[in-house]
Parts: sequence; C-alpha cells; structure tokens
Amino acid sequence: MHQKPKLAVYWAASCGGCEIAVVNLHEKILDVDAALDFMFCPCLMDTKKKDIEALPDRAIAVTLFNGALRTEENVEMAHLLRKKSQILIAFGSCAKGGCIPALANFTTKEELLNSVYRDNPSVDNPAAIIPSGTTTFPEGDMHLPALLGRVRHLAQEVDVDYYIPGCPPESHQIWNVIETILSGDLPPKGRTIGCGTLTVCDDCDRTKEEKRIPAFRRTYEFYPDPKTCLLEQGLLCMGIATRNGCGAPCTKANMPCTGCYGAPEGIPDQGAKMVAALGSIMDIGDTTGLSEEAIAGKVDEFLKTIPDYAGLFYKYSLASSTLGGRVGMGGEQNGTHHN
Amino acid sequence: MIPVKAFEPKIIGFLCNWCSYAGADKAGGAQEAYPPNVQVIRVMCSGRVDPQFILSSLANGADGVIVLACHPGDCHYKEGNCRALQRHSMLLLLLEQLGIEKERYRLDYVSAGEGEKFAQVITEMVESVRALGPLSVAQESID
Repeated sequence: MHQKPKLAVYWAASCGGCEIAVVNLHEKILDVDAALDFMFCPCLMDTKKKDIEALPDRAIAVTLFNGALRTEENVEMAHLLRKKSQILIAFGSCAKGGCIPALANFTTKEELLNSVYRDNPSVDNPAAIIPSGTTTFPEGDMHLPALLGRVRHLAQEVDVDYYIPGCPPESHQIWNVIETILSGDLPPKGRTIGCGTLTVCDDCDRTKEEKRIPAFRRTYEFYPDPKTCLLEQGLLCMGIATRNGCGAPCTKANMPCTGCYGAPEGIPDQGAKMVAALGSIMDIGDTTGLSEEAIAGKVDEFLKTIPDYAGLFYKYSLASSTLGGRVGMGGEQNGTHHN
Repeated sequence: MIPVKAFEPKIIGFLCNWCSYAGADKAGGAQEAYPPNVQVIRVMCSGRVDPQFILSSLANGADGVIVLACHPGDCHYKEGNCRALQRHSMLLLLLEQLGIEKERYRLDYVSAGEGEKFAQVITEMVESVRALGPLSVAQESID
C-alpha cells in the first residue's frame, strides 16, 4: 500500500497557539489528513517520543516545529526531529525569532527564576525552593530538564529548512505552505515562506498620508479613527517594520500591528528599523533658538510616553535580533551549541 | 612572560560629510592631538546612520560608537541631524534595556571649523569607554 508522507507538529517553549492555527484550517484539515499522515503532535494526539525515536532517520516528510528553545528537553527534541525529518520548518515566531519566551533574554536566568519562584507577590514559597534537577518521591525520581542560560531560536541549534512567521501563523498561509509542499515545487532552502516580502502597510488598506507625529499615544488613551493610518494617529503601529502576508487583521480590528511576522525580507533587526522610522516622523515642535541641551531635553520628554521600547520592538524577535538580548549575560550555559 | 596588553577601546565613528568630517580634517591640519581609537566612517549625513549600523558595530567588536553631526539648524539637508538626534535618544533607551551603557553610544555636534572640539569630543569618548572596559556581546547573538 502506498504510504502517505508523514507530518509532525511539535511544540517546544510555546503557548499552543500554533496548534490552534493548524486546527483553524477547519475542514481543510481533512484535506491535510487525506494527503499526509499527521502522526505526531503532543497537543492533539498520543504519539510518544519513543515512537519517534523508533522511526528510521528522515522518516518524517515535514515537521512544523513551533516554540523557542528554553530547556535542555527542547534542545533534545529539536535534534531528534531534525534527524527524523526531511524538511524541518521553524513554525511561528517562537521557533523563528524567540517571540514571547525570548523576552526573558532581557534578564539573567537567576533573575527570572527569582521573580517567578521567590519575589513574586502571589507566590508563597517560605523555603525559597526553585524547582530544578532531580527530586525523589515515594513513586520514584522526577527529573526536570535544566533551563538554558538564554532562550534560543531553532536555527541557533539545528539546521532549519524553512521559516514560517507569525504569532501564530495565519491559517490561510499554513494552507499555502502545505499546498506548496504537496506540489513538490519547493522554494530555495532557508527562505521564509507563508508570507510576503514587504511590510504590513502593504496589506493594510487605511489611508496613509504625510507622517508627522506630535506625540506617541497608547491604545487605552483614545478610540482611533478606523480609516486613518494608526501610526499617523500616534499609535506605535509596527506595520512599517513588519513582514506582510497576514492580511493586516489587527489594523482591520482597529488595533496597531505588534510585529508578529518579524522583520521584512532582508532586514536583520526589527527594532533598529522601528527606531529609524519613528526617529524621522517624531515632531517635537519648534526648536528655533533653543540650546542643544534644551532640544535633547524636548526629545527625551517626547519619548517618555512609552515605558518599554525594547520590549515593544523586540516582542517577537529578540532571540534573532542583532544583539540577541541583554549583553554581558552571555550564552554561557548553552553548552549544547552545535552550529 | 608575555606582558598583558592594556585595553585599547575600539570605537566606530560616523561623521557627517559636511561638518564633522571637515572638522576632523581641521583637527588634523592643526595637528590637534587626540587618541587613535576611533575608526572613522564618512557618511553624507548623520541622518543616514541607520540604527542597524550601531547595533551591528556593537555586535561585531566595537566597544563604542560615536555619531558626529552638524549643529542644529546647520544640516546640509535641513533636518538630517534632528532625525539623528531623535534616533539616538530612542536607541539609547533600547540599549539601556539591552545592558549597554550610555557612554558607549554618543551623539555630538562638530562643525567644519571646530577642530579643537573634535579632538576634545574624541578624547572624552575614548576615555569614557576605556573606563568601562571592553564590551562583550555573546558570540552566538552575532549573525
């Protein structure tokens, strides 16, 4: 009997949204099932790790790997699935650029564990225990995989064939990718697929005119006009520095783009591009006759509205950004680096 | 025994063609003494300095970056230096969150006639970065 090509969907450090995006193919999921043997997905089915280990190498046609690499277990699964897959796809922003889990790279591992297990006001932990290593119970030993020093994206650990951006990827784009794979007409290795190459502004049908922003504003402050460019209204819409292909659902819902498709084609750092763009449209008013210090003071005053630029601009791409996170904390505990 | 080499900061300087680069020339012509730690890159305007250049410099071995622009109101392209200032102020906030000290990224104004100021700004920059020590960016974060 002809065997259908195998499809796996795995989650590492992720939220499950990518699996929901797959299920959101709705009735098309039946077409996926007709064409592919959907055989591994811990979120949806009961196949175990040992079943994957038992497969011959390259037995899985396509693996959609979502989630960032936070623990040693994530790293182990990345290597296992790389070995067992013909095509390994970094699926979604976590696997592509670290996404929300990688925001931990703004602090050290120790600071992170302290704020989660010790200093958090809602935590009652008088013995100040931080779960780690092996714990013995009457039923046997329980082992927790260690955290890496830094959150990493998939390509920092294993060879990745393609990237699909999005938090999560839009379902119609997942379908496009599956159709492309089934057609056998694959794009060159290393490409970001299931998306466009331009910016979200290209998908957004709002009216765009001259951009001069007298102040940055935040979404809770006012109800934006539904027809005018959100950036022109002072909201820090990331559409100008974000890859298109999503169809701009956020700006259609009157919310600014938060940048989940990552930087457009050929742009290494999404945050740098946001700084470049915003730096040229801020309008600090008339500076005639002011001293250099006074002008700098006006700029600082203008910038005060937003409390967390780095978190805003690198929400989805800190691990793959130029600096990768806070410097000086190093990748020291990432001993399993095989690139 | 091999003597331990003292730390010499590596600094990238982006100098505007119309004012600051001419200011550097003036400093050279007047034989002003200043430390040789700044590798100068001439750009047509300080507004041309993409924040990506700063991040890439820091990620690839620079201990500091300095951008020198025309004084406010003097920009050859009217407002390039204003844009440079606005980007600089915003990028400083980002760099602070990324653990990079503000002394490592400086913007200042040097006109074509200010050779002396050029020497003074460069000296200050080199000394403040020297005091901070080398910048270590984890190797794996470099593309």
